[in-house]
Amino acid sequence: MSNSKSSTNMHIDLFREQILAATKTKTPLSIQGGGTKSWYGNANTFTTLDTRPYSGILEYQPEELVITACAGTPLKEIETALAEKNQMLPFEPPYFGDTATFGGAIAAGLAGPGRISAGNLRDFVLGARILDGKGQDLSFGGKVMKNVAGYDVSRLLPGSMGTLSLLLEASVKVLPRPAATTTLRCHISQARALHLTNEWAGQPLPLSASCWIGSSTDGDGELTIRLAGAAAAVKAAIPLMGAAVHAIELDPKAAEAFWTNLREQKLPAFQNLNSNDTLYRLALPAACVPVTIAKMSDEIILEWHGQQRWFTAPGDDATFASIKALANANGGHATCFKQGANVDPTKQRFTLLSEHTHSAALEAVQARLRASFDPAGVFATSRLP
Amino acid sequence: MIPMNMVTPLPELAAITALQSKLVSALRPILPAHALLWEAEDTIPYECDGLAAYRRMPLAVALPETEDQVAQILKICFDMQVPIVPRGSGTGLSGGAMPISQGLVLSLAKLKKIINIDPFTRTAVVQPGVRNLAISEAVAHLGLYYAPDPSSQIACSIGGNVNENSGGVHCLKYGLTLHNVLKVRGILMNGEIVEFGSLAPDSPGLDLLAIVMGSEGMLTVVTEVTVKLIAKPKLARVIMASFDDIEKGADAVAAIIAAGIIPAGLEMMDKATTRAVEEFVHAGYDLEAETILLCESDGTPEEVAEEIERMTKVLEQAGASGIRISQNESERLQFWSGRKNAFPAAGRLAPDYYCMDGTIPRRNIGTLLRRIQGMEKKYGLACLNVFHAGDGNMHPLILFNGADQEEWHRAEEFGTEILEACVELDGTITGEHSVGIEKINSMCVQFGEGERESFWGVKAAFDPEKLLNPDKAIPTLNRCAEYGRMRISGGNLPHPELERF
Repeated sequence: MSNSKSSTNMHIDLFREQILAATKTKTPLSIQGGGTKSWYGNANTFTTLDTRPYSGILEYQPEELVITACAGTPLKEIETALAEKNQMLPFEPPYFGDTATFGGAIAAGLAGPGRISAGNLRDFVLGARILDGKGQDLSFGGKVMKNVAGYDVSRLLPGSMGTLSLLLEASVKVLPRPAATTTLRCHISQARALHLTNEWAGQPLPLSASCWIGSSTDGDGELTIRLAGAAAAVKAAIPLMGAAVHAIELDPKAAEAFWTNLREQKLPAFQNLNSNDTLYRLALPAACVPVTIAKMSDEIILEWHGQQRWFTAPGDDATFASIKALANANGGHATCFKQGANVDPTKQRFTLLSEHTHSAALEAVQARLRASFDPAGVFATSRLP
Repeated sequence: MIPMNMVTPLPELAAITALQSKLVSALRPILPAHALLWEAEDTIPYECDGLAAYRRMPLAVALPETEDQVAQILKICFDMQVPIVPRGSGTGLSGGAMPISQGLVLSLAKLKKIINIDPFTRTAVVQPGVRNLAISEAVAHLGLYYAPDPSSQIACSIGGNVNENSGGVHCLKYGLTLHNVLKVRGILMNGEIVEFGSLAPDSPGLDLLAIVMGSEGMLTVVTEVTVKLIAKPKLARVIMASFDDIEKGADAVAAIIAAGIIPAGLEMMDKATTRAVEEFVHAGYDLEAETILLCESDGTPEEVAEEIERMTKVLEQAGASGIRISQNESERLQFWSGRKNAFPAAGRLAPDYYCMDGTIPRRNIGTLLRRIQGMEKKYGLACLNVFHAGDGNMHPLILFNGADQEEWHRAEEFGTEILEACVELDGTITGEHSVGIEKINSMCVQFGEGERESFWGVKAAFDPEKLLNPDKAIPTLNRCAEYGRMRISGGNLPHPELERF
C-alpha cells in the first residue's frame, strides 16, 4: 500500500536535488502530476517536476475519517479505496482525465457539485508534508480534525497551483457516503432557480447540489437538484420540494452520469469550445441575480446555487476586463478557466488582487509569503498571480 | 482559579513610564476619554485572560468604538513601534491575550454591532465584539443559527473565535469556525484595511483567509466577520450510554463513525467526572459506569428516528451496559447538563483546576486515558477527563491547590506530560484552545526548527515589524533551545523515543 521507507527517502532526495538545481540555474519548476489540468492557470514553459514517482496511500483508517497519501497517488486509487469502505471525498474533486493525482487535485483546489453543501477542498485538508523552496522537508497540521498548533499552513496549499512549495503528502478528512441519494429535475427560469435553491438551502432539507442550465437571456431552463442524506430525510424532502415545482425523479444511473459529466465538464454546454472563445468561470455571492455580458454564449450553467457560473465568450482582453468588472461589482471574481486554441496563451487568466475590492494591500502580503516559502522563486510563481 | 505566580519581572520602570506617557498622549486625541485606560486600577482587569496564572500589566488599554479608531491606533503604534495585544472577551484559556509590558492592549469589546442579517444568503455580518451566542439569538426567529458553539459561547466573542478557530460540542458535524466564516475584514499592523475571503465561494490569489483563521491575533486585527448561518434542525435527541470499561467506550466511538454515522455531538466523560457532576446537577448519570458517552442526533424527525436507531444498535454491539434515550427537550438538556457543568463541578472538588486541550486520533483515546491514570499516581494529583470524543479532542482537568506553589508546579508538569503524550500518539498539543503563551514551549516538541522558521515567515509576511501579539504561539529558536536544555537537565528526558529539535 505504501512506499518502503528507503524508496520514500530516495524520491524525496531526488525532488530536493531538482529543487536545489533549479535554484542554482534559476530555471523555475512547474510541478505536475498526471497533467490532466495543465491547461488550467497561466501558461508557463518551465521545467516539469513530475510528482508521480512518489505515490501510494500511506494511512487510511475508515473510523478515523482521514486518509493520508503521497501527492503522486492517482486520485482514482484514493477514491476507490474510500468507496470500498463506503466513504468519499465530499468536495468531489474533478479529474479532467484518468491520470489525475491526489496532489494535483489539492494544488488546483477545484471542487465539484457537492462543494455547496459539503464545503471547499481546503476545509477538508488536515495536514501536509512539503518541500519548500530551500528543499526543507516540513510538516504542518496533522491527522486530527481539531488542531490549532501553529499557523494553518497546510490549508494555504489548496488552490496555490504549486506556487508555494512542493506538496509531498497530505492528510484529508473524508466522510461516509450518504445513505440515500435522489436527483430531481424541473423546468423553471434562471431567476426562479436562483431563488428556490437558496431558499431551500436555508431550510433543514438534505439539499446536496444544484445545477441550472439554460439561456442566459430568458426562458426556462433545466434545474437539477440532488438530495443526499438519511433515507428518511431524503424521502420526506421530495414532496416538500415537489410542492414548489413540478419535478421528476431521475433514474439513479442517469443521475449519477449527469453529476459526473457536470463535474468533468463533459456536458454538451462545456464541449466544443470555439477556438477564439474562452470558458469563463464566475465565483459569485449567493444573492447575485442573473448576469449577462455582451457577446456571451446563449447557454449558461449555474452550479452551487448560482455561486459558480460558466459561460463562453470571446477570449480577448477587453471581454475579460468587462467580465472581471461585472464579477467584482457583484462581490465576486472571474477566471479564464479554459481557452480556445486561438486565444493568446500568455495572457493573465486570473483576477488580480489589485483589481479586487479591499485586496490591493494583500498583494504585498502574498508576495512576502511566497518569498518566505520559495525565496529563489523556484515554484513557477506566475502560474497563479 | 489558578494562582498568580507568573508575574514577569518588569524592565526598568522609568523607561516604561516614559513610554506610557508618550503612548497615552498620542492616543488621546483619537479616542474618547473613557476609551483609553492607563492607570493601574483601570488596567488591572486586563492583566490576564481566562488563563489567570499568566499575568502582566500593559502600558495602556484602548477600547475603540469604530473601525476608523482601530486603524488610527494601529498606525500610531506602528509609527512608535509599540506592540499590540488584541483582545476580545478575554475568555481564552491559553493566555493569548496576556499583555506585553511595553505594549498596548487593544480591546475590540466595544465593536459589538450586528451589522446585517440576510436570511436569503444565510449570512450575518457582525463586528468582532459580538458574542458567539448573540448571533444565534439574533437569527433564531428566522429558523437559522451559527453552528460553532464553544463552551464559553455566552461570553466569548466572534473576533476571538476567528483568532482561535474555536470549536465546540457540535463541530464534529458542523465544523470549526474556519468552516463557518466566509469573510474577515481586518486591519494590518500598518493601518491598511483588507478583506480576507468573500461572499463568493472563493477569492483571487492564495487562500489567505485560511491562514488568518486561528492565527491568535498575530496577523491582523479583525474588525468585521461575515458568518455562515445554517438551518436550525427541527429536532435533537441524545443517547446516554454507559460502559463498564474505558476501552469499550472508546471503541464504541470508533464503531459509530465506522458505521457511517456523523453524530451532531459525541462526548465522553470518565467515572471521576460523572461522579463529580452528578452531585452538582443530578442528571441521573450511571455512577457505576467507567465511562459515559453522549451521542446526539439532529435533523428532521424522520432523520433523527433513523439515526437514533442505528446508533443504539452500534452502542449495544459495542457492549454498552446501559442505554437511555432522551424523550423530550428537557430530558435532552438534563443529559447534557453534566457535560456542560464539568468545569464548575471540578471547581468544587479542589481549590483550583488546570484545563488541558489536546487532540489525538480516536483510536488512541483508550491508550491516553490509561496513561493519564498512570500520571495521576506519578504526580499525586487527580484528573477528571471530559472528551469531545467524536473528534478526539480531550480536556483533562487536573485538580490542585494553587496556594501550594509546589503543587501548581506539579500540575504544570502533569499537563506538559499529557501534551507530549498527545504528540507521541500522533496528535497535537492543542485542539481548540490555541497555543497562546501557555503552550509555547510545547510547540518546540511538536514542530522542528524548519517549521517554526516557516511560521515566522508567515508572521513577517503580514506583520514585518513583528508588532502584533509577537510573544504568543510561535516560539523563537532561542526559546526552544533553552526549553530543550531545561527538560534534559531536569533529569531523564521524558519519552526519549520522541524526535525533538
